[in-house]
Amino acid sequence: MATSSERSPPPFPDSEDQDVLDSEEVGGRDSDEDDGEDLFMSASNPLLTEMDTTLPPASQPSDVLMKPPSNIMDEPLIEPVSSQTENKPANKVVSEPSDDFVDLTNNVTDSPDEAVAAESAVADDAKDTTEIPLDEPSDEFEDIFGSENEALQEEVLVADVTVEAATDNRAVTSGAIEPPGDGKTGSDDEQEAKETATDPIIDLSYDLPASVAQQPPPARDKCFDPLVDLLSDAPPAADANVPSRATVDLFEDEGTDLFTEPRQTKSATQQQKSLFGEADEDLFGEPLGATSKKTISKEQKDKPVKTKAASHVSNIGGPLQDNSPAEPADIFTEEAVTTLPSITSTSTVNSKTNGVQSEEEADIFAKATVELSLDSPRGERRKDVKAKPSASALSQSAAASLAKPQSAALEELEEEEEEEQGDKFDIFVSVKDPEKIGDGMNAYMAYKLTTETQLAMFRNKTFTVRRRFSDFLGLYEKLSEKHGPNGFIVPPPPEKSILGMTKVKVGKEDSSSADFVERRRAALERYLQRVVNHPSLLQDPDVREFLEREELPRAVSTQALSGAGFLKMINKATDAVSKMTIKMNESDVWFEEKLQEVESADQQFRKLHALVESLVIHRKELSLNTASFAKSTAMLGSAEDNTALSRALSQLAEVEDKMEQLHQEQAANDTFNFAELIADYIRLLGAVRATFDHRMKAWQRWQDAQCALQKKRETEAKLLWANKPDKLQLAKEEIAEWEAKVTQYERDFDRVSATVRKEVVRFEKEKARNFKREIMNYLACLLQSQQQLIKYWEAFLPEAKAIA
Amino acid sequence: MRSVSVDLNHDASLLIDIPDALCERDKVKFTVHTKTTLSSFQKPDFSVPRQHEDFIWLHDTLVETEDYAGLIIPPAPPKPDFESPREKMHKLGEGEATMTKEEYTKMKQELEAEYLAVFKKTVQVHEVFLQRLSSHPNLSKDRNFQIFLEYDQDLTVRRKNAKEMFGGFFKNMVKSADEVLISGIKEVDDFFEQEKTFLLDYYSKIKDSTAKAEKMTRSHKNIADDYIHISATLNSLSADDTTILFVSVQKVEGRVASDQELKLTELLRYYMRDIQAAKDLLYRRARALVDYENSNKALDKARLKSKDIPQAEEHQQQCLQKFDKLSESGKKELTSFKGRRVVAFRKNLIEMAELEIKHAKVSTVVVYLVSSGLVWSQQLVTFK
Repeated sequence: MATSSERSPPPFPDSEDQDVLDSEEVGGRDSDEDDGEDLFMSASNPLLTEMDTTLPPASQPSDVLMKPPSNIMDEPLIEPVSSQTENKPANKVVSEPSDDFVDLTNNVTDSPDEAVAAESAVADDAKDTTEIPLDEPSDEFEDIFGSENEALQEEVLVADVTVEAATDNRAVTSGAIEPPGDGKTGSDDEQEAKETATDPIIDLSYDLPASVAQQPPPARDKCFDPLVDLLSDAPPAADANVPSRATVDLFEDEGTDLFTEPRQTKSATQQQKSLFGEADEDLFGEPLGATSKKTISKEQKDKPVKTKAASHVSNIGGPLQDNSPAEPADIFTEEAVTTLPSITSTSTVNSKTNGVQSEEEADIFAKATVELSLDSPRGERRKDVKAKPSASALSQSAAASLAKPQSAALEELEEEEEEEQGDKFDIFVSVKDPEKIGDGMNAYMAYKLTTETQLAMFRNKTFTVRRRFSDFLGLYEKLSEKHGPNGFIVPPPPEKSILGMTKVKVGKEDSSSADFVERRRAALERYLQRVVNHPSLLQDPDVREFLEREELPRAVSTQALSGAGFLKMINKATDAVSKMTIKMNESDVWFEEKLQEVESADQQFRKLHALVESLVIHRKELSLNTASFAKSTAMLGSAEDNTALSRALSQLAEVEDKMEQLHQEQAANDTFNFAELIADYIRLLGAVRATFDHRMKAWQRWQDAQCALQKKRETEAKLLWANKPDKLQLAKEEIAEWEAKVTQYERDFDRVSATVRKEVVRFEKEKARNFKREIMNYLACLLQSQQQLIKYWEAFLPEAKAIA
Repeated sequence: MRSVSVDLNHDASLLIDIPDALCERDKVKFTVHTKTTLSSFQKPDFSVPRQHEDFIWLHDTLVETEDYAGLIIPPAPPKPDFESPREKMHKLGEGEATMTKEEYTKMKQELEAEYLAVFKKTVQVHEVFLQRLSSHPNLSKDRNFQIFLEYDQDLTVRRKNAKEMFGGFFKNMVKSADEVLISGIKEVDDFFEQEKTFLLDYYSKIKDSTAKAEKMTRSHKNIADDYIHISATLNSLSADDTTILFVSVQKVEGRVASDQELKLTELLRYYMRDIQAAKDLLYRRARALVDYENSNKALDKARLKSKDIPQAEEHQQQCLQKFDKLSESGKKELTSFKGRRVVAFRKNLIEMAELEIKHAKVSTVVVYLVSSGLVWSQQLVTFK
């Protein structure tokens, strides 16, 4: 995106929090936003939403002029659209475009002067430049562009996919679609161009009067009204009472006139596009402006202009629609024309008589639409379209968003994450209640395995089974046998630990064995969750059986010292040998690079794991030392003959005692949130490497087959030469057979390669997400312990001061 | 920042500081700077180079001076010990191959900082020793002390030879044995009886606390070092935000360690030595008491034998005088010592609590910033 060049650096944390907040606020809905958002940073969007909720009414008047109609149009329009597409992932996107659309239509009727629009483009740019100090706004601004852009593209998709989509809608979209592609870039270019010239605002202000001069008064009214309102209740407002219908007409004229003007500077296509761009701005720009506060009068100036711009987009839309086969669009515009004028007139009257405040109501509507449209581009969770327009809903959401404490960022992110996952997989597995069954060396640990799911493939929504550790291993064996060769990354379970388990078996109830059991329990849970999170593995009957079936045949092959275990070891050894002997000339650079990446990551993770383990050890040491110091301090306190000092010392001892607790908790935090995570990934990286090996094996098989085929062909040639027709037939058959095999193996190899590639990409995505989440957890714990620490010391401080 | 506050009644007539010190291989040369208005000095402002051994000499002569037996002689500064950072540096050099360059530089910086801290601390304890002498009404007038301050050549204190070393050791043995012997003596003054039990008890406790505090501080340092390695590894994994976290957390942890070292461990260590000095005073007093009682016995014997009575009487009087004098000044000294200790503990504990709060706050902010940074990059990663 051209605009990205001017995107300001990541905003400071606060703003981010806000945005997280927002995403939460909007939250609760399904998250197929990916396509919607990947292209641009979603961060700034939420900001927008929040901002618009906080919109001060005062800033709105200008919008009101244009907006109310749009809203009115909105509701009818949106509802059908949304209902039609309700269940489609892209529906929000649709709803958003429809918004635009409405705007567009309104604008047509309203008074869309293209020229003004063009100017507004300028104005926007101007705003951009003026706003440069206010980084965020400009940011959003561009984002908006982006989002709009996408939304439109999406719309195209939707239109195509959903046959039942309203024809008018379709028409409109098809009309609209054309502009977006180049239009956006065009507008962007324009922006940049404008930005270089920093006086656009002035231009605008000049231009406007000029245009007014050319036009009949009503037009002027339209253009100026907002402006004036915002700046000051200046005379031009008086013009407002000119019949709006007239205005519309006039505007249209003017529009064409003005249209040409901007074009002189820009290419025609650019113009169009800019118009389109403005439409976006219109929708989104308002909140923006509002947030940036009315203090900047220039901005406000821009805003009204922008709204105009929006209207003129509709104009463009008109022509486009005409060109495109969409009749309905026309109808729509007509409709709009008929209905809108009256509204606009009233609103203008309002503005005239009551001034700024009277437009509040209208504002609310405007806001509603704005928010709606914002939501949809965000695409994360579409709000109830119907609920939106109502002012109450809006205010509620606004209140909610405002009320939410910013500091909640951490948890919210987590929640969001979980939601995402939940949405994706709809299945949660928990491993609980480890229980020792049996005595002596035959004892084993059994875990309660509870599954919660929304998936139809399971008979119940929740069900619980008991499984022992070796069952988990058995599941892995089965899965890796079945899916490993196909290139799937089969999540590995925690390793068997003879030492740890022996301790448990012997039945020592010390902390280290409890620690061991808890570690293993958590690891099993994570392992199983990874398995069920994998779309392909979840489909496996063994997985289902594992989760659902009451009794499971005992997994025998998992015992480390059994015959099967011995066989496995031999297999592994041969594998390792063959791995070394296979010299694969890698044709795909991607795999080569990935393998290297994985290997170095593996190494780093191992190192990291060792370091974190030593951190844990040191932390435990610290905890011990702190405890003994606390004891010693308490003794010192008792020996001290100065009462106050003695008291302070025993207080210090208490503080150190608590400190010891904190260190211990932190050590647990290090272990469970950090070390375990890394251990998981060391295992997972092993699994990833295994998929590479499987791919190599597939390749080897293919190569072997090729060699065999080659040999057969040679034999055939020999036979031919020796003239032995009886054997020739046989040889030919063999060749055919091997040819089939070669193609089969080649196909296999390609399939495995594709799967591996897909799996690695998925793995990396998961890894990033997983890591972030765990680190967030870790940070949350760290934060908490630090806060506790502050509390303790702050409590101690007066004691120290009290020493006389 | 002064590591150990000894409540010095700052007497402007004699101000001493060590503005500079030079480390030459094993020797540390301190520049002792004096500013004075006293007429007993030739100049009002002068500096002399002194070594650690000179300080020890000064301390020993003070201890040996009979007149000061009733005073708590400020504990001699401990010998400069740069072994541990040096050793670590050596280890680091060996382990260089296993570390990334960045990690190595960081570790090196850390060690350098530690070395510097040790150096500063050494200078400080020497300074404090002189300042305590200068602020003491009697000790500041000591001739040897003044020579130590003024003589602008090398004092060239003769190193103790082996015999003397052995003699010192022997003396210590005798003293300990003597302490045990005279511990059975019946105390005539409740104040000293109490002080004795208190100091003995307190000494063992504070010794224990010091050792524990040292251990604790070391653990903090270990953790800080772990953080260095972790952050370096994370860095090579290009987990940027987390690296920032660990870098900052490491800094905080490192500072917690050094501040604890400064405020707590040093305090405890210093008072451990000071209490030892107070104990020595008690020992000298007890010794005098035993002498006095012995002289009493001798007098009785002399009277029985009617031989050398005036001599014995004189001796007995001397012993009594000495003992009384010792008791009197010892009482004063011990009382002031108590006040000094309380004030010092107060100051250090307050400072430590404040620093702990400060560090915790810093790390809270860091964690918070990093977590919001993660929120940000989270989106980048998720939607990339």
